[in-house]
Amino acid sequence: MSDKLILSPNLDNADGFFDALARAHDGLKKSSSDALNARLIFLLANHIGDNEVLDEALNAAQASGHQR
Amino acid sequence: MSKIFDVPLYAYTRSPDQDEGMPVRHPVVIIGAGPVGLATAIDLAQQGIKTVILDDNDRVSFGSRAICFAKRPLEIMDRLGCGERLVEHGVQWDTGKVFFDTRQVYEFSLTEEEGHKNPAFINLQQYTFEQVLVERIREMQAEGAPIEIRGHNKVEAIGQHDTHVTLEVDTPEGSYTIEAQWLVACDGANSPTRRMLGLDFDGQVFEDNFLIADVVMKADFPSERWFWFDPPFNRGQSALLHKQPDNVWRIDLQLGRDIDKEREKRPENVMTRLKEMLGDEAEFDLEWVSIYTFQCCRMERFRHGRTLFAGDSAHQVSPFGARGANSGLQDADNVAWKLKLVLDGKAPETLMDSYHTERAYGADENILNSTRSTEFITPKSEMSRILRDAVLDLSAHHEFAQPLVNSGRLSVPCTYDGSMLNSADALAAPDLTRPGSPCPDAPLGEDNLLGKLGNAFILLTIDADAPDSFEEDGVTVSRLALSVRDDPTLTLKRQYLGDATAGVYLIRPDQHVAARREAFDEPHFRAALRRATGKE
Repeated sequence: MSDKLILSPNLDNADGFFDALARAHDGLKKSSSDALNARLIFLLANHIGDNEVLDEALNAAQASGHQR
Repeated sequence: MSKIFDVPLYAYTRSPDQDEGMPVRHPVVIIGAGPVGLATAIDLAQQGIKTVILDDNDRVSFGSRAICFAKRPLEIMDRLGCGERLVEHGVQWDTGKVFFDTRQVYEFSLTEEEGHKNPAFINLQQYTFEQVLVERIREMQAEGAPIEIRGHNKVEAIGQHDTHVTLEVDTPEGSYTIEAQWLVACDGANSPTRRMLGLDFDGQVFEDNFLIADVVMKADFPSERWFWFDPPFNRGQSALLHKQPDNVWRIDLQLGRDIDKEREKRPENVMTRLKEMLGDEAEFDLEWVSIYTFQCCRMERFRHGRTLFAGDSAHQVSPFGARGANSGLQDADNVAWKLKLVLDGKAPETLMDSYHTERAYGADENILNSTRSTEFITPKSEMSRILRDAVLDLSAHHEFAQPLVNSGRLSVPCTYDGSMLNSADALAAPDLTRPGSPCPDAPLGEDNLLGKLGNAFILLTIDADAPDSFEEDGVTVSRLALSVRDDPTLTLKRQYLGDATAGVYLIRPDQHVAARREAFDEPHFRAALRRATGKE
């Protein structure tokens, strides 16, 4: 298992990004919000490009879900 | 006017085999006179192997069916003596457009590769394709080639033996028995041969229904492939428009799951759908309508004793990507030279196992691609659809998303990486021509490279020395001596040498690379030839 994915704090402005992301969804219907998230995922994935990083991110996302 | 698919092309006639007391044994019998069966027969007969095709019908297929033929199969047809005729009949196209709702989101171009004789794709009705192959067979018969098509000869029972196969054949004048040293089953997706031998398929069934309609209309749409996701005239579904010769247009409309097939097939209902798509003023006639579902699957093994399965009888894919007939023709290309060597006693019977290995590898590649396309076109979950639509929306604004749009990944030739017939790569040259690859074409003055390779083992030397021919255990290899100077376009150099200054290639009869090195090293090439014929 390689560890190319950065899992330590790396955001320039963590609170600012969270806020911007939440605000982007303000007033949107669920379907529009889902579509926005999906577009964002593809934009970020393309920026990363590296399949290993993307696979690690997928795994990390799957492994850290909160069981409800 | 009667259409070609209404005309008997190989009417039943009584064969002398039916009056023999004992079953007559043939080297090769092929079941099915579709594109794959006809191509296999032409290939074998061209190499002097007596071949009989049995078909339960006496004419070409009904409706256009397979319509897109890719470059590699056209190159194979060139080797079989009818590629140029097919290209003349076909419609060439190189542009595809993708629409999402009412917007065009993406356009692609299949760039012609410089120096290749054949176009990237032609569109041609399967019945015309078959008709050209039948004409080729008639021409070969006139020259005395050992090839025969028996119409209304329906195989009713098959017996497998160590050295041959026994076939019970039903005809309008009763049944008779013949034997085949080798049987090639090219009898389609519902292969009766597969059923008679109790063999099955393994794979994934897709539940979406598609309406396929051929319409005859004078329209000024360009010769392009147009694909719609979620268009106003077919909400929530997909659609495809593609041009065929003679003002025939192929329209594919996704209908979804759980539909009433009989109702959807009624001409008035089809016409309503088509008018929504083409506009009220469009004048057109329906030539052929069919509703289909599909599966992506293959047989576990393509060889069962002396029976070989080729084309749809062995593997099926979704129609997206034109990988059905195109892969079947590559099966024909792969099986014929191997049968020739085995029948001539120049290769062990186990060479036929490599037919399975190589073509199952090709089938898996096609199944993977066509399954992915199908999942993009017909999303199975709400989230798949959200992700799919996100890609389509992004593709209208940002170039990066265009490669993610999957309206079908068009058939590309199969490279047999890892095949037991390949020798290790020993030339620092482009990957394009690594062992296992189909030889890419190159212009040589009035000729082209593939035209000079023919259908026997060839030692291609580029600015390298080698004997004019050599023989190893009954198999002869002839040299084709070229220089990079023979091709001023430098296509030959670009594809076969790259930065290397010289190269020697061992090329199989199906024009795939078996081995390559920078110089002719006799022991290595003898070993490579043994390996390529299943002896190592």
